[in-house]
Amino acid sequence: MASVDINQILAKYANAGRDALIPLLQEVQESYGYLSRDAVILIGRQLNLPVSKIYGVATFYNQFRFHAPGKFHVQVCRGTACHVKGSAGVLEAIKRHLKIEPGQTTRDGMFSLEIVACIGVCGLAPVIRVGEEVYAEVTPDKVKRILNSYRRKEAANE
Amino acid sequence: MSEYLFNRFGEGCWHQTQKPCPDLVDCLREGPKCQQNEAKKAEYAKLMAVYRRDTITKPVIYLGTGTCGLGAGAGKTLAAIKAYLNDKAIDADVVEVGCIGMCSAEPLMDVQLPGRTRVGFTHVTEDKVAALLDGALKGEFDREALLGQIKPQHDGIKAWDDLPFIEDHDFFKPQTRWVLVNCGLIDPGSIEEYISRGGYTALAKVLKSMTQQEVCAEVETSGLRGRGGAGFPAGTKWKFALRESSNQKYFICNADEGDPGAFMDRAVIEGDPHRMLEGMIIGAYAIGADKAYVYIRAEYPLAIKRLVAAIEQAKAYGLLGENILDSGFNLKVIIKQGAGAFVCGEETALIHSVEGKRGMPRPRPPFPAVSGAFEKPTIINNVETLANIASIINNGASWFNAIGTEKSKGTKVFALSGKVNRTGLVEVAMGTTVRQIIEEIGGGIGNGKAFKAVQMGGPSGGCIPQQHMDIEIDYDSLKKVGAIMGSGGMVVMDEDNCMVDVAKFFMDFIQRESCGKCIPCREGTKRMLEILKAITRARRTEGGFQALERFKGIMYLQKLAEVIQDCSLCALGQTAPNPVLSTLRWFHDEYEAHIFDRKCPAGVCTELLIYDIDAEKCTGCTACATQCPAEAIMGKPKTPHYIIQDKCIGCGSCLTTCRFDAITAK
Repeated sequence: MASVDINQILAKYANAGRDALIPLLQEVQESYGYLSRDAVILIGRQLNLPVSKIYGVATFYNQFRFHAPGKFHVQVCRGTACHVKGSAGVLEAIKRHLKIEPGQTTRDGMFSLEIVACIGVCGLAPVIRVGEEVYAEVTPDKVKRILNSYRRKEAANE
Repeated sequence: MSEYLFNRFGEGCWHQTQKPCPDLVDCLREGPKCQQNEAKKAEYAKLMAVYRRDTITKPVIYLGTGTCGLGAGAGKTLAAIKAYLNDKAIDADVVEVGCIGMCSAEPLMDVQLPGRTRVGFTHVTEDKVAALLDGALKGEFDREALLGQIKPQHDGIKAWDDLPFIEDHDFFKPQTRWVLVNCGLIDPGSIEEYISRGGYTALAKVLKSMTQQEVCAEVETSGLRGRGGAGFPAGTKWKFALRESSNQKYFICNADEGDPGAFMDRAVIEGDPHRMLEGMIIGAYAIGADKAYVYIRAEYPLAIKRLVAAIEQAKAYGLLGENILDSGFNLKVIIKQGAGAFVCGEETALIHSVEGKRGMPRPRPPFPAVSGAFEKPTIINNVETLANIASIINNGASWFNAIGTEKSKGTKVFALSGKVNRTGLVEVAMGTTVRQIIEEIGGGIGNGKAFKAVQMGGPSGGCIPQQHMDIEIDYDSLKKVGAIMGSGGMVVMDEDNCMVDVAKFFMDFIQRESCGKCIPCREGTKRMLEILKAITRARRTEGGFQALERFKGIMYLQKLAEVIQDCSLCALGQTAPNPVLSTLRWFHDEYEAHIFDRKCPAGVCTELLIYDIDAEKCTGCTACATQCPAEAIMGKPKTPHYIIQDKCIGCGSCLTTCRFDAITAK
């Protein structure tokens, strides 16, 4: 995933102040998939901020991850509408199928799991998002099929 | 469209992006003013008609590709449409539009033939495209997928004789669509389409003929109240900021729609981004800000994409940037992506987040209108509030406040979801009853179940039970029954939903999202969640001391809630106990069933259920036994299984696994 050199990103924020911190963190995570310790140290040097302060901000927000995500990042919506329509069961099914907890990545590095507050597709609840693809009206028994379709795609690519 | 329309004005016009002309918007709509050239005027009138799609020369196919449309498979439908047109060598335009609001019927496709009205279809998945288009392009419509036709706006368009109008559809008829007027109809990627429908005329009017005071006064008289939740009059807030003298002021649009269950801001930005942008430019002018931020959730990638494109177009037309429409007013818009924190919906927390800090609220006063972002006067308005501004300026305050109740004017968009037949975005006049929204627009509860409650206002709101369904929606009446307007999430629940479970769900959300600054909220919400968890925990998994604690917790639940309300700094904490208090108020019997009978009447709290296997129905397939995490299910293959109650942890996985309905839960 690390196609962009972190220094290229940092160069864009040459004279940036504190208010550039969150956009910078977001951009780094966008290209690397997560915030590594080394990246955080470099960001600190760039913005002239202690590493502790950056972790203070980064850990506050739900968006930032500190471990490498899987090839396919699975987001399960746990919004109100999804909850009412049974997203707890969907989450349970995904956990059982992938054998990981939210925040973790599968051993083969294929999938990582995350709970998000709301994807904004409440009308079609419950929803999950795999990578960029949104799946609507997911039921526990559909989970296996959706996730396996990614496994097959990946196998076909190799 | 790569070519800008003002390049076609011809001789005499000096408008450039860098050197704008104050009459630009009028010229675009009616032809260049500086020339007495009738042919040019006719050319522009014709152009606008083309952008309004009043006159089309070839069939146009519209497809709703908002996030909800894409979730329902609009991406595949789009590919199928393009492949179909390619195969048959048909010359037709394919336009991607936003969401018309009927999420449950997605993907939605409209077909318009030259000289005729647009005809809408529902549930257009990829496999249905070919058959639908085969007929539609010939003027034969499949009745099953038909939604209706859009009423013709002028004489050049002929309505189909025997098709119903969309406007008369049950879902749309009770609605008053002001904010959503363009959503799902226009191409959100085209500023020209927005202008052709009257866009940016309000901005031109404001910059040309209104002072800052007049703009604030007009918005104040209209009675527009903040649509983000608190309902503070928008014009009054603008006046506060205008009064401050400062070398720098900021205008912030709050698009951090954190309330799980609300998605109107997303739909507005995805479907009609220029409407919000226009409102924001007017607002920034009114308070004298030259820098504006849009604080938008990173979870809305499509909305961000559309917004970025809209800002670029507005810049190219000279409607944003330096010296807007030659008025001397400058505005720079910066998009800030929220990083996922519910508390950032609170103004001061949002400001901290913009500044690159942890999103924690601070005490007010000073209010942001006096000292906000970077300690400068700052106004924060919600997307929907801003989307109302242009029509208030165009039509006048008295037009706006003619609709609504005594203290709440205009319309409100609600995100209707949960257990109703028709989910989606609904815009109704203030004063519409909850019953109308759920039964008429939403089409009632599905599967023959009974309505139980509707949750309004998200984690800060409350539930409205059956007996209060006739309440008229406005900011104040909702408060009386313990709910709030909030940002407009409306989650409908039926008899299969357990209210204790719903309260527990919100408490779990709130305690995770509490920023941790003040103790009542940080610790109190955690304790409340523990109490609720104890209520829904089975006796088999608790010891004597835990049972004692459970009882103590229940005794203190109400008191704890009041302490959190009274002692928290920001609105998140002050409203955090609302979901519990409102369910306690209206569904006391359900709490009692959980506490005293140790039963969940709705059958949601799995731990409280007792599972059994019906030996008659069990085929001995062993599926449940392999799924059981506690190894509580015994039995030989092909003989009926049984559950060892002492081992059962009540997870309910056997119930969902069994394909023969052999497992009962009581």
